Amino acid sequence: MTRFVERHPAWALIVIIAIALALWLIFAVWPPGLEDAIGRKRVFLNAVFNGITLGGLYFLVASGFTLIFGLMRNVNLAHGSLYLFGGYVGYAISASTGSWILSFIIAFILTALVGVLLQVIVFRRMEGQDLRQTMVTIGLSIVFADLMLWACGGDFYQIQTPNWLIGPIELPLITAIKSSGEPVYLRYPLVRLVIFAASVVIGVAMWLALNRTRMGMIIRAGVDDRDILAATGVRIQVVFVLVFALGAGLAGIAGVVGGTFQSLSPGEDIRFLLASLVVVIVGGMGSIPGAALGALIIGLAEQLGSVYIPTYAIVVTFLIMVVVLALRPQGLLARR
Amino acid sequence: MSKCSVGLIALSSLLLSGAAIAQEKIRVGVTATLEGTYTVLGEDGMRGHQTALNVLGKKVGDKELEFIVASTDATPDSAVRAVRKLIEQDKVQILLSPLSGDEGIAVKNFAKTHPELTFVNAASGAQEATYVDPAPNFFRYNMDGAQWQVGLGKYAYETKGYRKIATVGEDYSFIYTQVFGLVLEFCGAGGQVTNRQWVPLGTKDFASVIAALPDDVDAIYLGLGGADAVNFLNQYQQAGGKAHLMGGSIMIDQTILSSKGNAKNALIGTIAASGQADTWEDPGWQKFVKAYQDAFPPNKRFPSPSLLATNYYDSTMALILALREVNGDLSSNQAKFKAALAKIEIDAPNGKIKLDANRQAIGTNFVTEVVDDGKGALFSKVVKVIPNVNQTLGYDPAVFAKIGLPSRSVPECKKY
Repeated sequence: MTRFVERHPAWALIVIIAIALALWLIFAVWPPGLEDAIGRKRVFLNAVFNGITLGGLYFLVASGFTLIFGLMRNVNLAHGSLYLFGGYVGYAISASTGSWILSFIIAFILTALVGVLLQVIVFRRMEGQDLRQTMVTIGLSIVFADLMLWACGGDFYQIQTPNWLIGPIELPLITAIKSSGEPVYLRYPLVRLVIFAASVVIGVAMWLALNRTRMGMIIRAGVDDRDILAATGVRIQVVFVLVFALGAGLAGIAGVVGGTFQSLSPGEDIRFLLASLVVVIVGGMGSIPGAALGALIIGLAEQLGSVYIPTYAIVVTFLIMVVVLALRPQGLLARR
Repeated sequence: MSKCSVGLIALSSLLLSGAAIAQEKIRVGVTATLEGTYTVLGEDGMRGHQTALNVLGKKVGDKELEFIVASTDATPDSAVRAVRKLIEQDKVQILLSPLSGDEGIAVKNFAKTHPELTFVNAASGAQEATYVDPAPNFFRYNMDGAQWQVGLGKYAYETKGYRKIATVGEDYSFIYTQVFGLVLEFCGAGGQVTNRQWVPLGTKDFASVIAALPDDVDAIYLGLGGADAVNFLNQYQQAGGKAHLMGGSIMIDQTILSSKGNAKNALIGTIAASGQADTWEDPGWQKFVKAYQDAFPPNKRFPSPSLLATNYYDSTMALILALREVNGDLSSNQAKFKAALAKIEIDAPNGKIKLDANRQAIGTNFVTEVVDDGKGALFSKVVKVIPNVNQTLGYDPAVFAKIGLPSRSVPECKKY
């Protein structure tokens, strides 16, 4: 941090000003002139919160994707299919048992199992052949998509939000002051806050697991140099299977989350694959903090874009990707 | 070697049999949105098509109809690609296509490059497809989006007492046409449309759109369809939305009313207008509903046909009846068939349909209100039936032409 400030004082200043401005926009009561210029504060706050919570969902999908790539150099283009599969499993469980929490657990376990099968049956046979693996994952994603279309049809599924999560809550953020002097607080859907909190917890847990445990040390070593790690006697194949299972399971959990606050239908697999590709390209392939940053940027860009420049909202995401590729092709937080 | 020759013999016999069959079959290409946001709409459209075949049969004189289905995803290029494939690879002679608004405009333009073939619109409802520079071989037996909104504006203003509304719609031609019809009538009656929000087709996260909805309006009009509508309602419920709602023709439709989950309950009491109403008492309609229900097991269909099923049913019906009228004669660039299509009047389940000079349907429209049948299923109940709705919505054609073509900001909110 201090190194960054020393090396790029101008950039550091810009970043600090931007953060201060953002905080002011969020916490201060807006003067009337500002409301006239860019609309009501409620809309802005909602867009920011939505961007952050959407970023949480993107992070769940992209973290597994980036983890698998980081360790195995396998660009798993069937990752979106795992997301959708997890969602459908979650729907089936929540519809039959009525338990939202249980649907997460089962979706995680089943998608992780699919991930294990993929790694053991398919990818182990073509280890080190990056292009071939990528091609196979494209093929698999098409096969999975058709299988799921066959099994679940083209219908939209929504996972039932548990009753205690339906509806908005009031946050201690003032959006406006009524003429009577009474402050109006921001009302925000509770379910999105819970989901965001959960993705933060998962993110932190992953960071701790990677940086504070023996297993994490092995994985990090594998990311740096797979061959040397294997030569030291670590059973690298077991590590691969575990990481693949974890990455796939996270995609499955994300599927349940996506099915809860959006919906599940054919085509979602491609959408989330694309989203996680953009996220990891922006954040840096193979980096977990990069995935978090990328997810946050893309989520915010999508939501703020859809409010303030609706016509060009779709383009914004890709513009960001283009700019990052042009200025910092390895991604914002990549190490190499 | 022997394997190869066996293969060759098999192949050549296949080709020969293909040639033999081609003489007695009329090949019809069908497209539906079986991918993407509108998948459910496409699937139910195909159910309507199948119901028509069950009712009418596939025989035309001594010839038999053969249908080849291609999938699209509601984008114009996917529709043109599917139609081109059907014509060039499958050698179809007649097209039953397409489903969605933008697709309709693209296919109409494409139809001009194949004047020898006949295009029967399946369900698309953008005004431009038949109103602007119509193709002589493109026939549309469903009304356009604006016609489908006739009656809603007045009902909202006069009966419901709404004075100010805002609209949210998908950003493409069909919804422009729907909002066009709504705004003309609502503003003509004296109402105000304060805000029109447009979201890209396929939007998943509506939270910010919902936050930006104005609170100082009497009702919010939703021009969404398919997955978009379901997502919107789900997030609207989570955000605790309570406004009065009004719905477009594919919003208040079985594709949405019978979606899973309870977010759709926000629609109970919503007023809408469409080319059909689920609970219409008319015997023709009831017969069609029965035929639809009998054709598929309950878990493979909706409780009642959607607007798409009805449109596909009607267009398939027109196609078959016109072909029978000319006894399957497709000679001299299908001239007789086209003439028969242009003047045929069909007794469709959702009211009589005939075509105008642009080969655009004049039909019956329904103002509806969403009701719960007591068992958790939602239906659209008839409030008002309006017969003989034409494309200029009863306006003098010269006045209508001055309004302009439907777009994000046309028409202006005023009396024309």
